[in-house]
Amino acid sequence: MLPAFSVIFLTTLIGVGQGLFLALFTAQSYALFDLLPKQDGPSFYAYGSAVALLFLLGGLVASFFHLGRPERAWRSATQWRTSWLSREVIVLPAFIGTVFLYGVAHLLEWKPVLATLPGGAAIDATVVLGAIGTLLAFALYLCTGMIYACLRFLREWHTPLTVINYVLLGGASGFTLAAAFAALAAPDLERFFAGWALIILLLGFVGRVAALIRNRRLKPKSTPQSAIGIKHPRIVQATQGFMGGSFNTREFFHDRSRGLLRSIKWLFLAGAFAVPALLLAAGLSGAAEFLAAAFVVQYLGLIAERWFFFAEANHPQNLYYQSVA
Amino acid sequence: MTQLALVIDLNVCVGCQACVTNCKEWNTSGEAGPMVDQNPYGKDPTGTFFNRVQTFEVGEFPNTETVHFPKSCLHCEDPPCVPVCPTGASYKRQEDGIVLVDYDKCIGCKYCSWACPYGVREFDEAQKIMKKCTLCVDRIYDAKMTAEERRPACVRACPTSARLFGDIHDPESEVSHAIREAGGYQLMPEWGTSPANHYLPRRKTRLRIREDELERADNPLKIDGQLPKPGKAEPSLDDVTSW
Repeated sequence: MLPAFSVIFLTTLIGVGQGLFLALFTAQSYALFDLLPKQDGPSFYAYGSAVALLFLLGGLVASFFHLGRPERAWRSATQWRTSWLSREVIVLPAFIGTVFLYGVAHLLEWKPVLATLPGGAAIDATVVLGAIGTLLAFALYLCTGMIYACLRFLREWHTPLTVINYVLLGGASGFTLAAAFAALAAPDLERFFAGWALIILLLGFVGRVAALIRNRRLKPKSTPQSAIGIKHPRIVQATQGFMGGSFNTREFFHDRSRGLLRSIKWLFLAGAFAVPALLLAAGLSGAAEFLAAAFVVQYLGLIAERWFFFAEANHPQNLYYQSVA
Repeated sequence: MTQLALVIDLNVCVGCQACVTNCKEWNTSGEAGPMVDQNPYGKDPTGTFFNRVQTFEVGEFPNTETVHFPKSCLHCEDPPCVPVCPTGASYKRQEDGIVLVDYDKCIGCKYCSWACPYGVREFDEAQKIMKKCTLCVDRIYDAKMTAEERRPACVRACPTSARLFGDIHDPESEVSHAIREAGGYQLMPEWGTSPANHYLPRRKTRLRIREDELERADNPLKIDGQLPKPGKAEPSLDDVTSW
């Protein structure tokens, strides 16, 4: 497949936004049970939500560049019964709205207590909004991942690992950003976020490498024999029927060498996993200035990771477009 | 239930591209708007087509065979491109099984083309929407045309009658007979999409002669030759019958 930068930015940016929100609410939940120091004043959660919103809106804007007819985008919410893309179109704005309300509730310190847990922890409006937002964040990861995982023809994507990796990689980048943000806004949370970021990053590394190994062993289900229905071991296309290229030759081929693909793979393994893990470890041991660098490197690495994710997928339609003559 | 479809006889197709040309001509002048080309006279002409004729070489020289292979939307009975569409622009008609794109609803996200293993959907770079074969839905129901004309443009154009058109759910239709009797098959059956379009395989006409057909059955002595000439004194037919 040809990696489309609109989709690369959409999936990586909203992944960061979701992860950052999950990080914020995780900290709030810990604080609720007195496992972490409570944050005085509205600034940490409110500004954190604002940063998450920036990433989510950035992803939303990027998604419009993928559409041929963006003015009709509202129609894409109608087929939620069958289409994961349609479900994402519904969940993304719902999540953005919830993050906005969560941030506003913190900013205005609108915290009416709705219930009290037996332990004495007060469930206020921000906790309820945060819980709804958490559900929506995971729903959004599921939708984004399933858009790719549900396409059974693209066997590199048709695996639960696709969804798992969207959750883990998005979560890791969000927690890393939360750590970098906490270094500025709430230094007492910095180690908490950096620690979780490192754990999720390592889990994400395991998931991504598992996907790489799985895809390496894939044998194509479709062959030239099944494509044209002729049983002969040697079938070669003489012509695809045209010379100047078509949508089918542009959308499904990246036209890059295997060597470049391999370089990108090592680049993202280093950029999205190895280097940020080292920087996070440095941040954990007290050097907070590395945390921002960890996020920047990781985000660039994730762009490479997503590029590779698309380029790696081999569409069976390519069997019909092998020879220009 | 009706399922309209094409049956393409690979044994007959000569790869002349007439179906490609006539398809483009009919559909670019149709009510759905033109199928615009880019650089039509330039170095890399490209554009949207509903139908392509490809050529494959089967076997190794000198035992090769050239197979011309027309490919358009197969109008799957279980079309994977339809449920993924987020707007409902891509749909399968209940009444005749044609898979269509509503050009007014399509947002051009190209997701349906990812979900098609056959690569038969083509994005129109000028209108920014997805397009595909309509089985000439604007032709086959046109009451102003004669029955002979109410067939897809590609079928009308084929000079060798390699393309048949009809209802594959009607067991007595021409296409059902062809599929049943000439070994019609579907492309990429491994995906379970159940394409409605079928292909008829290449067939070799071979003369099969058995050994005993080369020999006279009433030749018990295995001697083939002229019968012995009767003697002059033997009675001839003239002696036993009056002509």
